[in-house]
Amino acid sequence: MSLTLKQVTKRFGKDTAVDHLSLSIPESEMFGFLGGNGAGKTTTFRMILGLLDQTEGTITWKGESINHQKSHLIGYLPEERGLYPKLKVKDQIVYLARLRGMDRKSALRELEGWLERFKVPEYFDKKVEELSKGNQQKIQFISAVLHKPELLILDEPFSGLDPVNVEQLKQAVIDLKESGTTIVFSSHRMEHVEELCEHLCILHKGKPVVQGELKKIKRSFGKKNVRIHADFDLTYLKDTAGVLKYKRTTEGCELQIENEDIAHRVFDSLHGKGFVRLFDLEEPSLNDIFIEKVGAAYE
Amino acid sequence: MNKFFIILAHTFMTRLKTKSFIITSLVSILLIIGLANFQTITDRFGGEEPPVAVIGDTEGVYENLEQNLEAKSSTIELEQVDGTKQEVEGLVQEGEYSALLEIQKSAEGIPEATYYANQIANTAISDELKEALQQVKIAAATSKANLDQGTIQQIFAPVEFETVALEEDAKTEEELSEARGLVYVMLFLMYFAVLMYGNMIAMEVATEKSSRVMEILISSASPVSQMFGKIFGVALLGLLQLSVFLFVGFQAVKMNQESMTGGVFEYLGLSDLDVSIFIYVIVFFLLGYLLYATLAAMLGSLVSRIEDAQQLIAPMTMVIVAAFLIAMFGLNMPDSTFVTVTSYIPFFTPMLMFLRVGMLDIPAWEVALSIGIMLVTIFLLAMLGARIYRGGVLMYGKSSSLKDFKKALQLSKKE
Repeated sequence: MSLTLKQVTKRFGKDTAVDHLSLSIPESEMFGFLGGNGAGKTTTFRMILGLLDQTEGTITWKGESINHQKSHLIGYLPEERGLYPKLKVKDQIVYLARLRGMDRKSALRELEGWLERFKVPEYFDKKVEELSKGNQQKIQFISAVLHKPELLILDEPFSGLDPVNVEQLKQAVIDLKESGTTIVFSSHRMEHVEELCEHLCILHKGKPVVQGELKKIKRSFGKKNVRIHADFDLTYLKDTAGVLKYKRTTEGCELQIENEDIAHRVFDSLHGKGFVRLFDLEEPSLNDIFIEKVGAAYE
Repeated sequence: MNKFFIILAHTFMTRLKTKSFIITSLVSILLIIGLANFQTITDRFGGEEPPVAVIGDTEGVYENLEQNLEAKSSTIELEQVDGTKQEVEGLVQEGEYSALLEIQKSAEGIPEATYYANQIANTAISDELKEALQQVKIAAATSKANLDQGTIQQIFAPVEFETVALEEDAKTEEELSEARGLVYVMLFLMYFAVLMYGNMIAMEVATEKSSRVMEILISSASPVSQMFGKIFGVALLGLLQLSVFLFVGFQAVKMNQESMTGGVFEYLGLSDLDVSIFIYVIVFFLLGYLLYATLAAMLGSLVSRIEDAQQLIAPMTMVIVAAFLIAMFGLNMPDSTFVTVTSYIPFFTPMLMFLRVGMLDIPAWEVALSIGIMLVTIFLLAMLGARIYRGGVLMYGKSSSLKDFKKALQLSKKE
């Protein structure tokens, strides 16, 4: 376990932003951090980076606490763009890379490589304020990964990007993970986390409400979804025992059921009623889990 | 430590390359050259002033008047003109003559004059003429009284008046006027440096804050090395700029008037002063810069928009203006209690303690004490500044008041 948070609590005066959060993130893994607005994701990141001191608990990277001496091991992409608007791309990337322990030459070489990869080599000599928001995000990303950090923290990395750029950046993140980088990232977009992360944690008001391996979380959630497309009326399924939610769709319906056994019962009940074009038993989506867990916590 | 130098070099280079810095420097250099060449330039543009026409009963007056003006190395040219008053007035209006001086004599033979010019707003010429004529008048009047030349000279010689300090170590009058010159230089330098470079630092920090680069910077290098990297980067830049200005100014003055150089430096009191006073200049200047720069960096880290930076710096500017005013007042009474007391207040020390060191004879322990107080203040400000710097980074709000100090401190604490 490379990044470990033990009983971490952060209080601002009377408000508790993060409440007894314990996490351990294995090396070379991608860890998803989910949570509504104000759930404490950014505060947690800032504590990991040493920007804020935790009120209680410990945070360690490979057994040691994180401070400025370790900044070359860590890459950080903040939620809001943080670049000098008036500086040229090369100047600020080199400056930030040197502060993280790189020398000028290799920083320039790496930067050229990354700009090529993102198909924007012409940005090398441009001022950041001349770039669009999405392209600034690419530069921001480059500055976070240029020094080949062991631990990469990405706070909402895909916000404000068009689908093509999201794919580009996602591929870059996957490549980094495969080359051994430990990545922690936060997002509101469930499908990104579902696609990229093995482990995740859903924070709500500073407390972890769901935590663990994605597959296990889904399995232990128990509830499943059934999608049915049929020619006949399906409304009678609403009253079947074990069906939690019924949603009518243009071609049939979507059900949320308590467990897999219910699916058998539903399947049997369809028999002889007409033609069924589709019967699909699905794992619950992260979206369902999130809404259920965080929504429940709201009530 | 390594990061400190990266930050220092970065601050220095990027600031050096900014348009605003280059433009202000060039404009200042032009201004300095212009000022040094002021005389030459006005001469070239104005050309020779046309002479002043003199008419009327000039017998025995004109020569003396001309002599008197010459004795004072005046630039006014006189010309005796024949012709009626109306004619010459016309010539003045046409610009042939700059003015008309009509001389009459009273019944006792004492000269009187009337001065005509297109505009009488410029009193420089008329005053000079009046003074010269006054002497002619006195000469005329005294010669009537049958006084010999020696007596007349005695009457007009200025009174001998010398001031002597009884305390043995007190500064002599020459030393005092020399010290006064140096104090002026110091006051000006401090004022200039704090306003200009303090502002620069605050702006620099505010820019990083508003563009949110700060979050990345703070996670890469410690706040203390960031703050001081910035402060020393700007200090180097300031030294470069000031030395360019001084060099240009010195060269310009030297090239222009060989004679003037001596005069200026004598006035500034740089000719034969104690070496110790120059050391004091450097020590107090550097400490003063450090103190205000640290304060500026701290204030800069509190704002979230660049526009708010000015507002927060305003109190600091007020303090330096206050120090400047007290020092101006203190130039004439450096031994007043008020100056003595304020010279121990760290924000006033660089100007006021230096003023006292320069003008009075002060025991070494007093100077050491004030320097000690300054060093402690700088240290405390740096510690506080580093905390506020770290907390201020994460504070993004509308307000930009001094209340934010507390908030920033709280953020940097554990709870």
